[in-house]
Amino acid sequence: MFARRTLLAGLLLALVACKGNESPAPGPAAADTAPAAKKDESISLTGAGATFPYPLYSKWISEYNKQNPNVKINYQSIGSGGGIRQITANTVDFGATDAPMKEDEAKQAPGKLFHIPATIGAVVVAYNVPEVTGALRLAPEVLVGIYAGKIKRWNDPKIKADNADAKLPAKDIAVIYRTDGSGTTAVFTDYLGKVSPEWKEKVGVGKVVNWPTGLGAKGNEGVTGQVKTTPYTIGYIERAYASQNKLPMAELKNKAGKFVAPSIEAMSAAADAVEMPEELFVSLSDAEGEAVYPITSYSYLLVYENAKDPIKGEALAKYVWWGLHEGQKFSKDLDYAPIPAKVLAKVEARLKELRSGDKKLLSGA
Amino acid sequence: MSVSHDVSPLIRPRSWILTRFGREVNWGDFVFHRLTALLAALLIAALAAMAAAMVHGSAESLSKFGFGFITSRIWDPVRDVYGALPFIYGTIASSILALCFAVPISLGVAIFLSELAPAWLRGPVGFLVELLAAVPSVVYGLWGIFVLAPWLRETVEPLLARTLGFLPFFQGQQRGFGMLAGGIILAIMITPTISSVSREVLRAVPSALREGALGLGATPWEAVRVAVLPYARSGLVGATILGLGRALGETMAITMVIGNRSEMSASLFAPSYTMASVIANEFSEATGSLYLSALAEVGLLLFVVTVLLNIVARLLVWRVGRLPEGGRL
Repeated sequence: MFARRTLLAGLLLALVACKGNESPAPGPAAADTAPAAKKDESISLTGAGATFPYPLYSKWISEYNKQNPNVKINYQSIGSGGGIRQITANTVDFGATDAPMKEDEAKQAPGKLFHIPATIGAVVVAYNVPEVTGALRLAPEVLVGIYAGKIKRWNDPKIKADNADAKLPAKDIAVIYRTDGSGTTAVFTDYLGKVSPEWKEKVGVGKVVNWPTGLGAKGNEGVTGQVKTTPYTIGYIERAYASQNKLPMAELKNKAGKFVAPSIEAMSAAADAVEMPEELFVSLSDAEGEAVYPITSYSYLLVYENAKDPIKGEALAKYVWWGLHEGQKFSKDLDYAPIPAKVLAKVEARLKELRSGDKKLLSGA
Repeated sequence: MSVSHDVSPLIRPRSWILTRFGREVNWGDFVFHRLTALLAALLIAALAAMAAAMVHGSAESLSKFGFGFITSRIWDPVRDVYGALPFIYGTIASSILALCFAVPISLGVAIFLSELAPAWLRGPVGFLVELLAAVPSVVYGLWGIFVLAPWLRETVEPLLARTLGFLPFFQGQQRGFGMLAGGIILAIMITPTISSVSREVLRAVPSALREGALGLGATPWEAVRVAVLPYARSGLVGATILGLGRALGETMAITMVIGNRSEMSASLFAPSYTMASVIANEFSEATGSLYLSALAEVGLLLFVVTVLLNIVARLLVWRVGRLPEGGRL
């Protein structure tokens, strides 16, 4: 009897010992010294982040995979905040975000992260007013007034002032906002904050804000659904959702005092109007210029300057390079604007700085 | 604690072992006992680990806001000010509203299927009810956006406002999206759970009771009311608790229709917000440690609310189980 119990105890001990001896997961040091893999071996890259450019990124990935069958890329559109958290925690090879990283976020990362502007998108103001047939024109103070709950009815004189010809009904405005944290909200509130100091002070700018009025819908599809099915609503969404669902988009008054529709040209005009600084991120909202659509934004990829794994790093650098060149031609069909040439030159220079240890990753590009 | 049997040494088989209390037990029983105890402990350990992780995750928010977190109504991520009262209210109110709709319907379905329906109908209808449980919640949500909310806005809410508008529950702007839509969606989602469990409970009632009541001249309705329901009472409450559990934790569908506004209003037309929804909506984009910590605390609160409601429900089952069985005609 005793022998049996000792046997059992011995087995248990052995089991524990086995667990203890398991080698720890290979750390960064191990990856540095890993032998270089063969060229034809398949490489898989993972990325996570913004939902805003997801349609474009997934197009890039499928096209790139057709040309380079050995490179498999997986992008999870979990949101910009999630993208920043995952790239900071090193669980993905690249991140993506609509709003640039804050300083304290950048400090948490184990290495230097580059912001790579990859595409340009616009947030449009969609509405559902059956009586209005032409495009609704909104001045910044009117848009702020509607979202602040101060302009409550569609036939308010302030809306009428810019839409003399439109038949505006005496109906309550139903305001719709994004309830889930999103880059779209960040871009939209960034604009509201720029045109109204009062908004900036009372409500603020961010991915989730405490909206003074309205109903919250989940995701671009949620806002689109509510605007589409509910008369007298107004909501802000990415341009692609409005154009694919044939929702009317308001013309917004830009800084130069012109009412501009959210066309690809007007988005490009905004990118042309703003000088790209050294850190490669900048806000495009409320830019100067007559042709500019005022709620425009870059979307960024986040890549470590020093890749731990030279093979993966090189594959990633080549993919990003491809996306910024060949990839740009898919922009227009998917409602994005391509990166302007003078910005592209700066991005190219930045991409050439990518390295793994002492080795530059794009030497042959 | 340990399983033990005092058995005469004369008939003791060779496979019995000595426990530390000097008794002897069957080796197989010993292993079986320890194994099942381990599995039970694993579940409790997982629960404890979850609670510990959430307390740990919400430490910053707990120390900063303290008790004020559950009494404050302001949730403002821009200013890093967090209060969860509207979410707690929204979660409890929408779940209770859902139970108000779902319990009568589910009981009706269960009674019909177990007592009244012809045998050929029971299988297909029971299957269809259970099929409702298999519909993904995002489908309910989309249906809510495109069908339920417009219908509520155009038909139901104006009707309620006209007829019962003097009550505070049916006042305010009629938007379709809001507490009423949330309650209805939840009710549809928990009906299959409650009705299929209730049906099993009713089936387990001995037919002697039914036959006895019928034999004494009761109508089928009287037999159900006097003999079947009282016997099944605690099981039916248990079924309701299962439904409540699902309603409290439901996230996707209710987020899509409840309006997601951290407000508290008596009106069923007004938008509201639930704890599960705010976590799902904001966690993926949350940056900043206090923000994440506040969301973790909302998770902790959801956990606490669920446990408390379950305790209340357990007490109810226990109380109901002690009521005298059988009713009056």
